[in-house]
Amino acid sequence: MNLWPLKKYCSPFTLGRLGIMGMNQRNVNYIGRYNERALYPLVDNKLLTKELALKNKVSTTNLIGSIKHQYDVENFTKIVKDKSGFCIKPAHGSGGKGILVITKAEGNSFYKPNGQALSAMDIERHISNILAGLFSLGGKQDFALIEDLINFDDVFADYSYEGVPDVRVIVFQGYPVMSMMRLSTAASDGKANLHQGAVGVGICLRSGKAVRAVQFNQPIEKHPDTGALLSNLQVPQWENVLNLAARCYDMSRLGYIGTDIVLDKKRGPLLLELNARPGMAIQTANGAGLLPRLHFVEAFIEKYGYLPPEERVRISQEHFGVHNI
Amino acid sequence: MISRGVYYLVIAILLITGISLMCYQHITYSVPWLPGKKNVAWDIEAKITFQANKENLPVKVSFAIPTQQPGYKVVNETSASPDYGLIYKDVNGQQRAEWSKRLASGNQTLYYRVEVLADEAFNNTLMTVPEVSEILEPEPYYTAMVQIKDAAYSRSVDPFSLTHEIFQELNNQDQNAKLLLNKYKKADLIVKILNLAKIPAQQVTAIKLEDGRRNQKLLTYIAVFNENNEYHIFDPTSETIGLGKDVFIWNNNNSSTIDVTGGENANVNFSIVRNFISDQKAFDLKHNVTNSQGKEYFDLSVNTLPIEERAVFKSVLLIPIGVLIVVFLRIIVGLKTSGTFMPVLIAMSFLQTNLSVGLIGFLAIVGIGLIIRSWLSHLNLLLVARISTVIIAVIGIIGILSFLTYKIGISDGIKITFFPMIILSWTIERMSILWEEEGPREVMKQGSGSLLVAVLAYLAMNNTIIQHVTFNFLGLQLIILAAVLLMGNYTGYRLSELKRFKPLAEQINSPTGQKLEADRLKQEIKELKKDL
Ligand SMILES: Nc1ncnc2c1ncn2[C@@H]1O[C@H](COP(=O)(O)OP(=O)(O)O)[C@@H](O)[C@H]1O
Ligand SMILES: [Mg+2]
Repeated sequence: MNLWPLKKYCSPFTLGRLGIMGMNQRNVNYIGRYNERALYPLVDNKLLTKELALKNKVSTTNLIGSIKHQYDVENFTKIVKDKSGFCIKPAHGSGGKGILVITKAEGNSFYKPNGQALSAMDIERHISNILAGLFSLGGKQDFALIEDLINFDDVFADYSYEGVPDVRVIVFQGYPVMSMMRLSTAASDGKANLHQGAVGVGICLRSGKAVRAVQFNQPIEKHPDTGALLSNLQVPQWENVLNLAARCYDMSRLGYIGTDIVLDKKRGPLLLELNARPGMAIQTANGAGLLPRLHFVEAFIEKYGYLPPEERVRISQEHFGVHNI
Repeated sequence: MISRGVYYLVIAILLITGISLMCYQHITYSVPWLPGKKNVAWDIEAKITFQANKENLPVKVSFAIPTQQPGYKVVNETSASPDYGLIYKDVNGQQRAEWSKRLASGNQTLYYRVEVLADEAFNNTLMTVPEVSEILEPEPYYTAMVQIKDAAYSRSVDPFSLTHEIFQELNNQDQNAKLLLNKYKKADLIVKILNLAKIPAQQVTAIKLEDGRRNQKLLTYIAVFNENNEYHIFDPTSETIGLGKDVFIWNNNNSSTIDVTGGENANVNFSIVRNFISDQKAFDLKHNVTNSQGKEYFDLSVNTLPIEERAVFKSVLLIPIGVLIVVFLRIIVGLKTSGTFMPVLIAMSFLQTNLSVGLIGFLAIVGIGLIIRSWLSHLNLLLVARISTVIIAVIGIIGILSFLTYKIGISDGIKITFFPMIILSWTIERMSILWEEEGPREVMKQGSGSLLVAVLAYLAMNNTIIQHVTFNFLGLQLIILAAVLLMGNYTGYRLSELKRFKPLAEQINSPTGQKLEADRLKQEIKELKKDL
């Protein structure tokens, strides 16, 4: 019998029983407890993350150059001279803010994935905005990074509209606990951020196959723009993706992180960025709560102590998988 | 990390100290828990400022001061005026304070402060019947006055009904009213017409008593007398009889409030604070027992500060209330706002303007600001310059709006200058970026979220019960602090999440034949723990 009076709202006890994690729980018990404040700059600053990754032999997207001062902004054309495509992003950005992807450069015209042409002047203005701190937390002064364009793996061609799909893996004390693929759509304007309308596809940790897909918090079957059947999605080199994600813990020492990984045609899985405050939508994409898995990892570590990354990935795949291989 | 034990201990100490402080104040000073008429004493401070003449000449300031009146007993008066000589004088039935100084230059400030006890039973009055003055006004004004007087007189029975009829006639005889009101102030005009009918009447000025107010000005009323030397007060703007609640007569005589010889630009501002006093003290004051003049043993309230500072202090004490609401709405309810504490600042300015003017002002400023900002985004400006442009534009909008509303006759419009301009400019900038990046829907969502929080914070901060408790019980601040600390550790679901995760919970709960993952993992954890 259902005694809960509110139709549109779920009872908190049901959510608790299913192990769904809320924002307050995440902030107080996971981010607050497992992420040391002093380590935040390593992930909030994408340049530091890159340096750290290089030092630890974690493969990452290639940096072409960076612009730190207003007087350097004009140098931008020199930096991207021989490149046909590149990506400009604020070093301290988050949630896809301030990311400008250029897929084609012809003379003085630069084309966005949707075909819109920008002049060098437009791009310089965008860089000025980045420097002034428009996209960074709290409006702090920032600098702009220019990266090589990612040539994403062909298997995703049908699953993405005008953008690069990425894989988000939540890593708790080195153990991958949940993952999803984020596919950009027309609604999300080529960005892979769920609140902007990207499709989130939960990925089974054991097999790398799709579990379920959501857009705007509602289940969907097909990609809204390409029409591809989402249940057929399978991430190639899945073990490598998980190993890369697991190694990010040893490299960053942050206990609760979201790792963003892209699959490059030639270079394989690359770390795009680390996130010290990963969102909750991954639970909806997977149709599962995070808390039981987190509690399991806590209990497991209490018993067995530290294990190397490959071992940890194996344990996660064994316990948190949905599909059988 | 601090251990849980210390955390809960701190909260417990805060709560206990806060509650006992409140009880202490309640019992020892008999401050009531709820606002009411009980033993209220008002502290009113007049701050007189003027510029002394450059030539170092003698300066004399004569200032009207209040006396006993029905409902209020003046129990104490003091003044602070360094180096000035002071005498109290009775000039034609009006008490005046006269300060003098032989050599003065530059800006001068004098304080006069009076403490009055609100006492319904108190019925003394020192108001004397004024002389009926001869009315010698030039034409055509004289004839217009006579016409109004005659029409009103024929329909009245006594001085008080005559006053009513004069108000009526001024509304009916459009031509005459326009002519006269162009030349005379309304209160002055009515006194003149009454005098034409040989009725004694005079203007009096009074002050509205509201807790924690600063920069208040005197309001003008009319006192009308009958042949038994009884009088009634009329409000010339609302055209009603009676002084209204919590209004205190300052100057009960036609004489000017302030006269300065040897100086210029004289200005008087009033600050008001309400105090609650113990039954014993109230009794002593009512019966002129003097031993209660000494300080009560240990005064915990802010009553030792000067009144103007006290009034500032009181509005500061309200901020934690707003903050508490924001923390509650964000952590427990899960509302999204643009800028964490921006809504509190907006709510603070609503307190100055009142809600409707504030809301309209806010929407107008942000709306026009967004239009200007969208034009700016074509100009390719650097961020700092763009924000500065928006700030100047916001100041311009505020200036024009307050000027226009004032001209239309909404005098409250002027108060939108209380809006926090810099914060508003940042809000506009952020909303405009949001608009470009995520579309107007997100702007509406966050904008209305912020506004909702601001309105709720305003309603709380403007609530008389909440104001009463915050102003009078400092212990409440500790309790608010404890509540904020407690909420900072709340790990339960937000209200918004109960809605957000509803589809997810239904999906997990739908029968698939498989065992629920949460239950399976719970089992596995149990096994892990078993052989520890
Ligand atoms: N080098 C790149 N080439 C192509 N697309 C990119 C590149 N870098 C980022 N993106 C796109 O931008 C999105 C967000 O990038 P990310 O570095 O994760 O920034 P944020 O911290 O704002 O999420 C990615 O999901 C991807 O779709
Ligand atoms: Mg990202």
